[in-house]
Amino acid sequence: MLEIKDLTVEIGGRKILNKVNLKVEQGSTTVLFGPNGAGKSALLMTLMGFSGYDIVSGQILFKGVDITHLSVNERAERGLGIMTQRPPNLTGVKLKDLVKVISNDHSFDTDAASKKLDMERFMDRDVNVGFSGGEIKRSELLQLSAQNPCLYLLDEPESGVDLVSIEEIGTTIDELLSSRSKCSVDHYKRGNSALIITHTGQVLDYVEPDVGYILCNGVVMCRGNPREMLKEIKAHGYQECIKCKQATL
Amino acid sequence: MQTGNSLKEKAEKAIEKSAMYGEDFDLNEFEVAAKEVPQTEDLEDLDDDFKQTLLNVGVLTDDKERSGSFLMLDNAVSHSSLKDPNIELMSLHEAMEKHDWLKDYSWKLVSVDADKYTAKSYLEDANGYFIRAPAGQKSSMPVQTCLVMGHKDVAQTVHNILIVEEDAKLDVITGCTTKKGVERAMHLGISEIYVKKGGVLNFTMIHNWADDVGVRPRTVIHLEEGASFVNNYILLKPVRSIQSYPTAILDGEGAFARFHTIAVAHPGSELDLGSRVLFNAPNTKAELISRTITTGGKVIARGEMVANEPHCKGHLECHGLVLKDGGTQLAIPVLEANVADVELTHEAAVGRIAREQVEYLMARGLSEEDAVGMIVRGFLDVGITGLPEELAKDIDDTIAQIGKDAV
Repeated sequence: MLEIKDLTVEIGGRKILNKVNLKVEQGSTTVLFGPNGAGKSALLMTLMGFSGYDIVSGQILFKGVDITHLSVNERAERGLGIMTQRPPNLTGVKLKDLVKVISNDHSFDTDAASKKLDMERFMDRDVNVGFSGGEIKRSELLQLSAQNPCLYLLDEPESGVDLVSIEEIGTTIDELLSSRSKCSVDHYKRGNSALIITHTGQVLDYVEPDVGYILCNGVVMCRGNPREMLKEIKAHGYQECIKCKQATL
Repeated sequence: MQTGNSLKEKAEKAIEKSAMYGEDFDLNEFEVAAKEVPQTEDLEDLDDDFKQTLLNVGVLTDDKERSGSFLMLDNAVSHSSLKDPNIELMSLHEAMEKHDWLKDYSWKLVSVDADKYTAKSYLEDANGYFIRAPAGQKSSMPVQTCLVMGHKDVAQTVHNILIVEEDAKLDVITGCTTKKGVERAMHLGISEIYVKKGGVLNFTMIHNWADDVGVRPRTVIHLEEGASFVNNYILLKPVRSIQSYPTAILDGEGAFARFHTIAVAHPGSELDLGSRVLFNAPNTKAELISRTITTGGKVIARGEMVANEPHCKGHLECHGLVLKDGGTQLAIPVLEANVADVELTHEAAVGRIAREQVEYLMARGLSEEDAVGMIVRGFLDVGITGLPEELAKDIDDTIAQIGKDAV
């Protein structure tokens, strides 16, 4: 589904990702762990093609096609969808109008989706303006469900969310990943693929992960079983990963 | 009291007096527009081009949803009809003959010698509309008025008086425009507006001119105790130069005024648009909200609030987008407090559309063009309601074009 090859990225001339190699298989949920400032968010933003993330070298392949230099909307059209941590306020743009444009008049049931995410009373509000942490996440998920991508890039879906909302958000993500998108293939265990950043691992109470990666200082430390990784990180922190990586070099 | 003769002398002295702001037009270069024009029995009888011209400034030729309609062509009235018998609508000349008391309202808020444009309008004995909502009358549908310049190289002089009596409520939609093919002309418009104790006036003005048209409105609104005035101004099409600075005088306790200004400066357009509020009574409130865009023209967004009595509250907001190089946005907010215990605030921001916003929408699958269009539409949406569908579509098309041009 997604293959990142030797990707090196700079922000304002400062190297933020260094020769990153990472794969997300069709229908799999891949989790990205790492301390603050490791470059996790930068990786997701780069994958989506946002400006300010300069690709110095390397390649991004999506469904076998090189998308390294495609525009943001071309990537979205091909099936990439993102939930960032701090989306911008869109003054004057009503959430219902945005959802309508995103769904592009497909058979998307906006009323049902907004009801399910408890977003009905936000439909006439300006997108993200005055939304709380949990409201922003629910609004993003509503937009993503209207967009129906094949690969979900989710940046800390649990951050800034209260405990009740976490359950709502977690189960919604699980459903979205299981649902059929335009590139779902039947024989995979899930309809869609995901690359999820998580700090606390809380989202994994709702979404079953397949593969984990640990990113420190812009470098991939290792790839492995995500549940074991989380256990290790909780027990020993990321310092152990760095030591371990150095030992193998 | 000033006699007609002394006003005439003042006007004659001011006929060469430049205005404080804006390009200084030589009025001698324009012929005074015709004072006799064909009468239109029914607006539906107008030809299709003319009908479209009216629609583009929010004036419906099928007047089902209007309580009255008034059309001024060049310098004379072409149509005036009234469906709601509880309102008065007629030409100002007719009204002056009918109501002796009206002279106490004429040239009382706007001075004849403010500048050459007011002087010219006085000396030409400008006609215009007279609308009055009698005490306690609440009109359910808006009155529509339309001022059209029908010939090129002419100067149109207009003088309007609008009175909302005590506890009355009135909505007015007024469209000012040029007929198809009239590329060069000059519009001078005097408006004196009175909203009495507890009265409510919602006034929406839509302008749609041509490349080489000069526009000089002169408007003052007087508000009594508890009166409320909302002004919506929309200009989305090219023009050579507009300079206006309507002033609301909050003269009674608890009076309220709000100005919404939405404007686009195309290449070659100079828009000098301000609004001013004088807080001359306690507990008065005002909001001045300006959203402007330049695609290559110049915008000067002025705003002034002067608090002269305690417990006044005012907020001024100037937001300007520069979508293309070559355009200029100049925001000039002025706040003046002359007593303690007042609260005047302002917020101004000029610049480009945030890249982050555009890319956020692109990440949802919108093209860059559509993303910019959506942001621009949101930017200009200050909640003006009650515009006819046809106009809303024209506004939408214009915004879509701006989105396209900006990318």
